[in-house]
Amino acid sequence: MNGPSVIDVQQLSYHYSTRVALREVSFQIQAGEVFAFLGPNGSGKTTLFRVLSTLVPVQQGSVQVLGTCLAQQADAVRERLGVVFQASSLDRKLTVAENIRCQAALYGLSGAELATRQQEVLGQLGLEDRAADPVETLSGGLQRRVELAKSLVHRPELLLLDEPTTGLDPAARSDLWNYLRQLQDEYGLTVVMTTHLLEEGDRADRIGILHQGSLVGLDSPDALRSELGGDQITIRCSNPQELRDRIEAKLGLQAALVDGRLRLPQSDDDSLWDLLKGEFQQQIDSMTWGKPTLEDVFIQKTGHQFQAALADSEEQA
Amino acid sequence: MSDVAQESAVVKSPGTRRLRPWLVVYVLSWREFVRFFRQRNRVVAAIGTPLLFWLLFGTGLHQSFQVAAEGPSFREYFFPGTLVLILMFTAIFSSISIIQDRSEGFLQSVLVSPAPPWAMVLGKILGATLIAWVQVAFCLILVLTLDVDVSWSNALAMIGVLFLGALAMTSMGFVMAWNMESIQGFHAVMNLVLMPMWLLSGSFFPVPALAAKSGFGQQALHWVMRCNPLTYLVAPLQELLSGLPESEAVWFPSLTTALLVILVFLGLAFALACRISRRRTSGDLL
Repeated sequence: MNGPSVIDVQQLSYHYSTRVALREVSFQIQAGEVFAFLGPNGSGKTTLFRVLSTLVPVQQGSVQVLGTCLAQQADAVRERLGVVFQASSLDRKLTVAENIRCQAALYGLSGAELATRQQEVLGQLGLEDRAADPVETLSGGLQRRVELAKSLVHRPELLLLDEPTTGLDPAARSDLWNYLRQLQDEYGLTVVMTTHLLEEGDRADRIGILHQGSLVGLDSPDALRSELGGDQITIRCSNPQELRDRIEAKLGLQAALVDGRLRLPQSDDDSLWDLLKGEFQQQIDSMTWGKPTLEDVFIQKTGHQFQAALADSEEQA
Repeated sequence: MSDVAQESAVVKSPGTRRLRPWLVVYVLSWREFVRFFRQRNRVVAAIGTPLLFWLLFGTGLHQSFQVAAEGPSFREYFFPGTLVLILMFTAIFSSISIIQDRSEGFLQSVLVSPAPPWAMVLGKILGATLIAWVQVAFCLILVLTLDVDVSWSNALAMIGVLFLGALAMTSMGFVMAWNMESIQGFHAVMNLVLMPMWLLSGSFFPVPALAAKSGFGQQALHWVMRCNPLTYLVAPLQELLSGLPESEAVWFPSLTTALLVILVFLGLAFALACRISRRRTSGDLL
C-alpha cells in the first residue's frame, strides 16, 4: 500500500485521570486500506478509536486525519468520517429509513439527495426491503448492517468501526466483512476498525497490535507472522511444563507454553522435528507443524498469551 | 475515473457540503415527537397524573379553600397549577431522555457529527417543548368545565406563556440530566427539587404577602416562593384565566415581571445547556 496517508499519528498519548490508556503511539494508515487494531480489552484500542473519531480531544502528540490536524480542526474532519460505535447508535423506536434520515440531517443531507443516498446505501447493504421496518424488530446482524448503512449515508472517506462484530454470530460476522470488503473494492473506502478477535485481524490488510496502551506490532498479518521465522511446531503432551524443561536442558531451546501446548519455531530443515521425535517420543501425545498464527505473533511481541490477556482484561472489567 | 468516483470526489472534498444546523434542529425535534407518541404509556402518564391531582384536590378542597372572599373557587385556582404540572412532567421527562439517548448510543453518533452542539441542544429541547406544549394546550379545553369566562385573546396568551414555560423547563431538565448516568437518579431530583418547586409556586396556595405582623415562617415562605422561577409561570396563567384575586393577604408578580423572569430564566438555562453539552461525561465513554 503506497497511497497517501489517510491517518498519520505521531507520539499520541492519552490518559484518564491517572490511568494511562495510550503511550506514545505512532502509525500511518494509507488510503484504501482495511486496517485493524488488535488487542485485548484495556489495551487502548477503544481510546484510540475515540480520539480518531473526535469523540475525545487529542491530549498529547499529533493526529492528522485526512490531512487535517484533529487538535485544531476536529469539526472539519467530522463531515468526512463515518463512525460505527461498539454500542448500537440506532434509535430502536424508529424505522430503518427514519434512522438514516436522522443521521443524514446531522450531515446536512435532506430531500432528493437524501432519497438517492438512502436508496444507494440500503442497496449496498442488502436492506432495500427493510426500510420501513422498526429497528427493534430486526436481528442483531441486520441492525449492524443498518448501523453501517447509516454511517455511510454522507459518503465518508474514512470509516471507523469500534469492535463492529461484537455480539454477532460467525455468519453475520462474515457477512459484515464481505460488505466492508465490497465497499473497499467499489468505492476505495478506507476502513479502520478495532477488534479483540484474532481471526478478524487475519482478515485485515494490515494490523496494529496494541498491548497496555503501546503499539507493539504494525504490519500485514503475513509479514508479522513471517517475522517469527517460518513454521511452528506444536506439541501436545500430558505434562507440558516438565517437557519444556527437558527440551531446554537437552536442546537449549525455549518452548512457549500456550493453552497447555508447547510451541517451537521450526528450523530451516527438518532436523528439529526429527530431534524432538527421536528424543521425546515417549512423552509426546501428538506433534503438529503449521504456519505461525497471530497468537504466536502476540506472544512474541508481548510475552503474554493473547487469550490470557483477554481473560485478564475481562476479569478486571 | 468512474462516474461514482467523480461524484464522490465532489461531495467528499472538505467544506463543500453545506451544514444545515436548522435541519438538525428540525430532525432531532421531530424524532423526539415521534418517539414520544409511539410510547403511549408516556402520554397517559404525563397527562393522567396531573389531571387526577386536579380532580381529586380540586373536588376535595373545593369547600374548604378560598383565596379571597370574591376570589376563584379552588378548582379554578388550581387549574393553572395543574397545567404547569403537566408541562413539568412532560417537559422534564422528555428532556431527560437524553440519559437514555446516551445509554442507547444515539447521542454518541450526534457528538461525532459536524452538527454544532447548540443545534443538538435546541433540537432536543424544542422536541420536548412541543410535546409538552401540545398536550397542555389540549388540556386547556378543560377550561370549559370551569365557571369562568376566558376571552380568546387570553386563551391565546395562555398558550404563549405555556410555550415559554415549556421551553424554560425543558432547558432546565436538559441541564439537570446531562451529567446523570441513570433515569433512576433523576427520580431523586424529581422528588427533592421539582415537586417542592411546584408545590411552592403558587399552584397549590398563593404566595403569602409580607405584612408587619408576618411571622418568620410566613416571611420565609414568602421569599422562597418569590425566588422560585415557577411562581412566575403560574401567576400569569392565573391572571389570564380568572384575574388576580384582590386580597392583601396574598402576593402576585405583575404580568410584565413574570414574563421577564421567565425569559431570563429560559435564556440562562438554554445558555447553560449549550455550555455543558460540550463536556464529555463518563457515560459518553462507555
